[in-house]
Amino acid sequence: MRFDLQQIASWIPHGASVLDLGCGSGELLAHLQRHKGVRGQGIEHSEDKVARCIGRGLSVIQGDINAEILDYPDGRFDVVVLSQTLQQVYKPAVLLKEMLRVGRRGVVSFPNFSHWRIRVQLLLTGQAPRTSELPYAWWNTPNIRVITLKDFRTFCKAHDLPILEEAALDTDYRRQDGHVLRAWKSWRARYGIFLLGNG
Amino acid sequence: MSEYIDAIADANTVGIVEKQFFTFADAHTPFLLESGQQLPSVTLAYETYGRLTPEGDNAVLICHALTGDAHVAGYHDPAKGGSGKPGWWELMVGPGKPIDTDRYFVICSNVLGSCMGSTGPASHNPDGSGLYGLDFPVVTIGDMVKAQRELIAHLKIPRLLAVVGGSMGGMQVLDWSCRYPELVYAAIPLATTARHSALNIAFHEVARQAIMADPNWNRGRYTPASKPATGLAVARMIGHITYLSDEAMRRKFGRRLQDRDAFSFDFDLDLPDFQVESYLRYQGRKFVERFDANSFLYITKAADYFDLAAQHGQGSLAGAMSRARARFLVISFSSDWLYPTYRSRELVQAMKKAGRDVSFMEIDADFGHDAFLLQNERLSALIANFLDHSQAKLRMEAGHAV
Repeated sequence: MRFDLQQIASWIPHGASVLDLGCGSGELLAHLQRHKGVRGQGIEHSEDKVARCIGRGLSVIQGDINAEILDYPDGRFDVVVLSQTLQQVYKPAVLLKEMLRVGRRGVVSFPNFSHWRIRVQLLLTGQAPRTSELPYAWWNTPNIRVITLKDFRTFCKAHDLPILEEAALDTDYRRQDGHVLRAWKSWRARYGIFLLGNG
Repeated sequence: MSEYIDAIADANTVGIVEKQFFTFADAHTPFLLESGQQLPSVTLAYETYGRLTPEGDNAVLICHALTGDAHVAGYHDPAKGGSGKPGWWELMVGPGKPIDTDRYFVICSNVLGSCMGSTGPASHNPDGSGLYGLDFPVVTIGDMVKAQRELIAHLKIPRLLAVVGGSMGGMQVLDWSCRYPELVYAAIPLATTARHSALNIAFHEVARQAIMADPNWNRGRYTPASKPATGLAVARMIGHITYLSDEAMRRKFGRRLQDRDAFSFDFDLDLPDFQVESYLRYQGRKFVERFDANSFLYITKAADYFDLAAQHGQGSLAGAMSRARARFLVISFSSDWLYPTYRSRELVQAMKKAGRDVSFMEIDADFGHDAFLLQNERLSALIANFLDHSQAKLRMEAGHAV
């Protein structure tokens, strides 16, 4: 399994109920179901990916995460996951608040825009940076925002979203192995994963 | 729903099947209806395919739509008067098919009030006064489901692995899951709704008016020789319009003329101008041969009365769904304007609120409401996978994992 998903899985307790927003083809949910006895529910936009999820025995609703999350009652889930999707969310504050309304914990991961390659690219070429994590040009990118680890911490503080844990990963997300960084995270992390929660 | 299946060259068929009958209730223990009325005797026509396991954990009940019947798959023996036409969901049901008769014990019964072998207005009134006609009490979707429950008990099925159905069949699936939560492990409502909209009722009402305006209808007292054939045919035509989509009709007929190069400048009942007119007339004629006009009135009324929230949730759909226990797979079709996707989303929303285990997909298909009856790889795969995983889950929970 992808290293970032392994990291997320390590924060999810055995037998938890989990909502995965933008669950893709269900890699994380399938892993959690098999290895952690999790009761999972996914939301995914793409018809193909929903079909693949159902094909592996997962419960997934085709729809828009911002709308679908509104239907759940308070505290319905132990953990709500938003993996590699924050950079495409139109109203992040609203969505993250919703995540902590329907879940006791929230997990958010995103590509770190303050990685040294990105800084150097912009500095030296004067063009919008493109990386393996954010491979698009300005005119065809689905990513409507760029986020740095520092930005996200500031944002959470301002919006009263307590950060319980944080992992900065030095790995391409397609890889199965990697490191959790201890130092120079802002410069070296390709991805940040945050565990949010109300105490 | 339409009849698409005329002949399919397909080796994966259940083959020759037989319609069976189950009769229950009597004068002392009549079958009580939602209206407060009762039936002294009820017969259900049904078919089964495959074998029930000793654990009874592989039964799949299929619920048919408005004018369907118990003949889901296979063929009736031509030597015994069978038409040689496969069942209405031959694409979906058979050995190796999504609802795999090698694995599942499949049951389908004709709904109460219909005329395809089950008790309805075209049946004989046991009081000896002839056919029921309008003396037949009005039945509801709930009554149909309660009758099916009797059949399931008769077949000694402890619990249904799944209940599957589209359109009005989907309404029965929903009613099953709220009425008998402990008996339904998985449920697949397709192209359906928790209740009819004003638009849905309006189409049904126009169809009923067409029948009742036919002088032959005679307040339901007609004879085989003088049936309200014109009214019933028009009713069917209205249905067919709602089962297709703008796009499907454009593609299927466009403005093409039928067997002519120019307009007729006439109103010929036998020689229409447009292909779409010819199609509707053909569908109307074909329907009149097999369906009873009074039954059509009763079944459309049942569909109009159906209101899952009122019936099982005191007006709240989430309340109704909190009674259910099944895991759900809800499917809608993008071009279905009879029961559009937002109707399925209402269901899904209520299921989410009630904490149900639910999967939902809108399948991109352009054949309108009828899409659930047509060949669709996506639909086939979803149903096959969902049933497969449901059975694995059920068996794991029951402690005899495969």
